[in-house]
Amino acid sequence: MQNEVEVIRASVPQARRPDRIRRVDVGGIELSVVEWGRENNPPLLLAHGGFDFAGTFDILGPLLAAAGFRVVAWDQRGHGDSDMAALYTWEADVRDAARVLASLDSSTPVPVLGHSKGGGMTNQLAEMLPHRISAVVNLDGIPNERGLGQQIDRTDVTALDAELAAWLDHRRRSGQSLRRADTLQGLAERRRVMNPRLSIEWLQYLVTVGAQQDRDGWRWKIDPTLRFGPSGAWRPEWAIPRLRGLHVPFLGVIGTVEEEMGWGTTPQEALPLLPDGAEFHALANTGHFVHIERPEDVAEIVVDFLGRTL
Amino acid sequence: MKTVFLNHVRRQLALHELRDGTGRPLLILHGLGQRSPATAPSATEGWTGPVLGLDFTGHGDSTLPSGGGYTCEALMSDADAAIAEIGPATLFGYGLGAYVGLLLFGSRPREVRGLVIADGPGFDGGGSRPTSSKLLHVPQDNALDRTPDPWALLELASDIRPPDYAADHVQQVEALAEMEKAVAVTSIGRPEWLEAAMRSDVVFESDIATALSIFCPL
Repeated sequence: MQNEVEVIRASVPQARRPDRIRRVDVGGIELSVVEWGRENNPPLLLAHGGFDFAGTFDILGPLLAAAGFRVVAWDQRGHGDSDMAALYTWEADVRDAARVLASLDSSTPVPVLGHSKGGGMTNQLAEMLPHRISAVVNLDGIPNERGLGQQIDRTDVTALDAELAAWLDHRRRSGQSLRRADTLQGLAERRRVMNPRLSIEWLQYLVTVGAQQDRDGWRWKIDPTLRFGPSGAWRPEWAIPRLRGLHVPFLGVIGTVEEEMGWGTTPQEALPLLPDGAEFHALANTGHFVHIERPEDVAEIVVDFLGRTL
Repeated sequence: MKTVFLNHVRRQLALHELRDGTGRPLLILHGLGQRSPATAPSATEGWTGPVLGLDFTGHGDSTLPSGGGYTCEALMSDADAAIAEIGPATLFGYGLGAYVGLLLFGSRPREVRGLVIADGPGFDGGGSRPTSSKLLHVPQDNALDRTPDPWALLELASDIRPPDYAADHVQQVEALAEMEKAVAVTSIGRPEWLEAAMRSDVVFESDIATALSIFCPL
C-alpha cells in the first residue's frame, strides 16, 4: 500500500505535503491545521471549499510558501483529518475559521485566501473581524443573485418534495453508514464526475490524502452524514452587500468555464459586486478549481497582489 | 413517563411517552432551551391517541454535542426521527418547536397529520433576514456540561427565518397533505414567518382544544 501511495504522489511532483501538522480545539472538536513554509514568515490563511480538504492546497500552498509566507490551512469540521461533529452549519464553520486565525497568534492583521465555499467564509470573516484581516483573496467564490447552479426551483412542488424528503431520508440512515469503499483508482474516477477538468493523477493524489484505507478498500474521510442540500433558508443575494462592503484590499480570481461544483458567476456579474478598489482576474479556459488547474498563474497573481497591498 | 432513546445521526434523542392512548400519536415539540414536559399538558386532554414529547438535540435528556452548529433543519430531522419511530403523527409545537414543526410538515406532508402552533421560547429566531455578522461565543464554564446547550440558546435565537421559506413549506402542505385544515395557529405571537404562513387557506386560527378536535381521528 505504501508503495502505491508513494508512486501516486510522485506522479504529481509539484505537490508537497505540509511541513507541519497540529490540532486546534474548537469547543470539543479538534481541527487538523497544516502549514507550509518557515514558522516566522508572515502568515497567510487558506480556506478550502465544500467537500474538499486542506490537501487540495498541496500545490498552491508550497508555491505561496516559496514566496515567503507561512501558509496555514485547515480541514473544516467533518472534513479531512478534522473531527466529525454532531452538527454542521455555515456559521460554525466561520467561527472555526476565527479560532484557527486566533491560533496563529499574530499581532498584526493576516491575509486570507478562500476557494469556493472557503471564499464565502473568508468574505464573512473579513466583515466580522475587519481588524484581524489585512487582505482577502477570493478564488471562484464570488456570489451572484441567481444562486448556486444546483439549486432547485422552490415553486416546483414535486422537485422540492423530493429534495426535502431525500435529505431527511439520508439523515435517517446516515448515523450508522460509512462512505462507500472502492479502489484508490475507483475513488478517483468517482471524484472525476464532480471534478471533470482535473487530471486523474491529481485526483488519485487527492485520494491518498483525503481518503483512508481499511480492509474493504479506500473511503473518503469526510463525514458520511454530510450531504448537499436542502436549499435551506439562506438566500445567495444576502452575501452580495457583505462582499461589496468589505474595506480591505480584495482580489477576486474566477474561472470562466462553468462547472457543476462552481458558483457560475460570470465576470459581468462579479465586477459590479466587488468592493471599491478590488482587483479582478477572469481566467480563460479555466474551471472552478483555478488553483489546481493553474497553480503557478494563481500563485503569481496572489503574490503580486499581496506584495503591493500588505 | 416511559422514555426511549433514538439513535439519530450519531446522537441519542430522548422520546418520552407522556400518556398512553389508542390511535394517532400527538408529538409535542418544546421551545428553545426547554425540554419535553414531564406529563401530558392539560390542553391535550381530549386527544385519544398517545401523547409523546421529544427532547431536541442539546436539550433535556438528549445528547449534548460539542462545538455547536445548530440549525432548525437539524432539529427538524430530530423530529423526523421521532416520526420514523412512532409513525404518522400530529405535531404540537411551542415557539421554536412550532417553527421546526412547520418545516417538518412541509418536508413530510404525508406523515405529519396536522400542526398546532403555540407561543413559546424561540418563536422568532433571528428574524427574517441577516443582520451584521457576529462572532458568537459561550463562556467556558460548567454550563457546557449540561443541557440546554448554550450553543443552542445562542444559535437558535439568531437563525434566519425568511417568510418565503416558511411559505415554501406551507405550499408543500397545501399541495401534498390532502388536508383542508392543516395548521392551527393558537398563538398570540405572530413572527413574520408565521404571518407569511397564515396567507394560506390550510392555516387557520383556533384555540388548542378545537384544533386538537379537528386533528384527532375518530
